[in-house]
Amino acid sequence: LKPATERAAYPTGALEPSVRRDAWVLGVAVGVFGTSFGVLATTAGLSVAQACVMSLAVFTGASQFAVVGILATGGSLASAFSSAFLLAARNAAYGVALAPTLVRRGSGNGARARHRAGGRVAGGRLARRLVAAQLVIDETTAMATAQSTPAAREQAFWITGIAVFLCWNISTAIGAVAGDAIGNPEAFGLDAAFPAGYVALSVPHVASRAGRVAAATGVAIALFLVPFTPAGVPIVAAAVGVVPALFVARRPGGGVEP
Amino acid sequence: MTWPALLALGAAAYGLKALGLLVLGPRTAGGRLLQMAGLLPAALLPALVAVNTFAEDRQLVLDARAVGLVVALIATWLRAPFVVVVVSAAATTALVRLVA
Repeated sequence: LKPATERAAYPTGALEPSVRRDAWVLGVAVGVFGTSFGVLATTAGLSVAQACVMSLAVFTGASQFAVVGILATGGSLASAFSSAFLLAARNAAYGVALAPTLVRRGSGNGARARHRAGGRVAGGRLARRLVAAQLVIDETTAMATAQSTPAAREQAFWITGIAVFLCWNISTAIGAVAGDAIGNPEAFGLDAAFPAGYVALSVPHVASRAGRVAAATGVAIALFLVPFTPAGVPIVAAAVGVVPALFVARRPGGGVEP
Repeated sequence: MTWPALLALGAAAYGLKALGLLVLGPRTAGGRLLQMAGLLPAALLPALVAVNTFAEDRQLVLDARAVGLVVALIATWLRAPFVVVVVSAAATTALVRLVA
């Protein structure tokens, strides 16, 4: 993976060739978890249709696993809901981070939409934004924000979103119908695959001093909170890491990459 | 699980995403707020890595995932392609589990 400075090799904002492949790497890993989710969901008492609708409508893996896990062990619907909600809360923070790429500058078809910026919001653009919102998850945020230009960020968001959405939903259906996962994802070490991918995709973020301060503070907050708060809270709370980072960014030489 | 409960869950999950992307996000127009939005992934993604590696329920643990993380950090340091970072970390973690 190239650091942000070398990425200037794509000055026109063209998508790096590797992004498409990387998106499908994530998609395949997501797919193995999807079959696992389909199996767990039906084991927890959901019908095949319910398992599939949950993957389509909720589309955020950690929350879905929490719901079926809690229901399978006899937990209440209320506790399943609150766990799912806390785990999904980080998607709101991801949305804030992605908005400058997907919403404000217009998320239409490239330059054409950008020229229209300032005009009325076309219906097509609104529909596109509403669809984009459903795709705001770990994978799309990590892939999109790792790109160096706004156009590449937008493309990476959509390619990753489509790859992960397809893989997650198709594999959920396969797991739910077959009742048998491709295998235990942990036996393949796939629970370590996502953190590894996010390490690689964090490189551009820690290129600036402000980014490194945000990262270190976020990690410290999250790990500190793990024993004291329900799952999901530590990651959302890590957002506070941007506060000390802003003070660093204000100083000369600590600037954030544009 | 009933259908209304399931659809409510979907609506809540979508609502959180839309709240960030369509409601709060577009209000970060100012310089300082925009800078904050830009720094959010720098704070969140490493935290996600840390929690997904070192948390088991509400406990901090050191297990096979930590070995995978070390491999991922080394592979990233060596500027290995994305797929190599991901696969080498997963394979190492699987191997440690197999041996342990």
